[in-house]
Amino acid sequence: MKRKNLVARICADGYLGLVLALLYLPILLIIVFSFSGSSRFSFSNGFTLDSYKQLFDPELNAGLLSALKYTAILAVSASVISTVLGAFSTIGIYALGRRLKKITLTVNQLPMINSEVVMAVSLMVFFSAFSFIFPQGMTRLIISHVAFCTPYVVLSILPRLQRMDPNMYEAALDLGANPFSAMIKVVFPYITPGIVSGFAMAFTLSLDDFIITQFNKGDTGIETLSTYIYEDARVKSLEPFWFAVFSIFFVVMFTLLLVANIKKTSKEVKK
Amino acid sequence: MKKFKFRFSRRAFAYPYMIFLLVFVVVPLVIILINAFLDDNGKLTFANFAEFFTDAGGGLTVLGNSLIIGLVTTVICLAIGYPCAYLLAKYHASSRVLVLLFILPMWVNFLIRTLSTKAIFMALDVKLGMGTVLFGMVYNYLPYMILPLHTTLVSIDHSYIEASEDLGADKISVFLKTVLPLSLSGILSGVTMTFIPAISTFAISEILSSSKIFLFGDAINMHFSKTTNSFGVGSVMSLVMLVLVVVSNVIVNLTSKDEEVKSAL
Repeated sequence: MKRKNLVARICADGYLGLVLALLYLPILLIIVFSFSGSSRFSFSNGFTLDSYKQLFDPELNAGLLSALKYTAILAVSASVISTVLGAFSTIGIYALGRRLKKITLTVNQLPMINSEVVMAVSLMVFFSAFSFIFPQGMTRLIISHVAFCTPYVVLSILPRLQRMDPNMYEAALDLGANPFSAMIKVVFPYITPGIVSGFAMAFTLSLDDFIITQFNKGDTGIETLSTYIYEDARVKSLEPFWFAVFSIFFVVMFTLLLVANIKKTSKEVKK
Repeated sequence: MKKFKFRFSRRAFAYPYMIFLLVFVVVPLVIILINAFLDDNGKLTFANFAEFFTDAGGGLTVLGNSLIIGLVTTVICLAIGYPCAYLLAKYHASSRVLVLLFILPMWVNFLIRTLSTKAIFMALDVKLGMGTVLFGMVYNYLPYMILPLHTTLVSIDHSYIEASEDLGADKISVFLKTVLPLSLSGILSGVTMTFIPAISTFAISEILSSSKIFLFGDAINMHFSKTTNSFGVGSVMSLVMLVLVVVSNVIVNLTSKDEEVKSAL
């Protein structure tokens, strides 16, 4: 019996390992061959850092650096705006009457469930219909990113608010706090974990977005990392330069996510 | 004298966002709806619907193809993902890092992952076509299938499984009659999280088939591009997509509500 369990367990781990290998093989291959200096997946030139040296070639990296700059500006402003907007409105939504609350939360879900292409084209058509209010460029991009990020912020704060004892707010009022300071000193500290994870969510979503940015960037020459990759690497095949960029991206992304999640887990365990 | 006092209500905090949602979420969709009924000169017409539903521009064929590819992708993801989520819940319930490893690729930009796979296929001299597109789709959406499945499977109360074992069920019927029905909501949300993006995605099929295979998302993209500029038909297609999204979400919501009712009883 025990032996049978062991065999089952080994089979299970084998299967999980196989799926993991499938998920990570392309990524690992790119990282390994980023040291080959060619895009043919062979070490015919031997081990070399040529791909990484190209990162410092001003002719090659100009587009990339400008894309990085716009990506950062967009992700920071969109996530800050949607966190502030989301935090205040969640408190408001929580206090709304039942009907209005239900309607607001349903509409709030739309950007999350809607197909990205549909959301992207609807915003594009909307912006061009009112182009006298919304000039092409960053304005449109920030608004559209806030529109698809804020719902996630709201939904990460709302559960915490629902778990909060309403008497805490009332007690603050009874003890002489005015509603505003009760909000700042009692409600906000309580929902802070929700605000932080909402912010992290908004930031990653904005950073990762391609479709909505692609439709709404207009022709002002603004490219984010993902639209730049699309425009550049789709036409030419993947050049060694991109192998280096992707490898750095993979490593940075995975380290950040692992550290963030392990920290979160150990915190939860402590609780 | 009547004392005037501004009564500060917490509700007021919701109003700016409600207006924001109305302006930037609802109104754009309404504009799409109106566009679907307008011709190039802004006159009322049903020609856009006629063009799409009679398949004059091939839009209906593209939708059909996308539904098939989306379905195949979803079935493969479920076939690979369900055992994964099940085994993770059974043997590695305490190891959060392992679960995390299955979810992490989701956060690496899909263009980067898709272009990487394309480079590998090209280096291996694999012919780009339906096979590579399906591989790319499964590769991209598998984490989206595993995540909700794992969440549901982990939360199943183990005493249900023990109870059915005690009542004499063998391993297969424990799975079929206890675990599978209890994980239905996870299956459904996994299916929607894969199916809807899979049919409406654009770029994945384009990149992995060298623009030979054309999906519904690519078609919508094309209709709204500056060169073709046929917003009317594109709007009809967006509406069709919206209907698919709403229908699938209603189904998911109904099942999860059913379960809440059941567990409350």
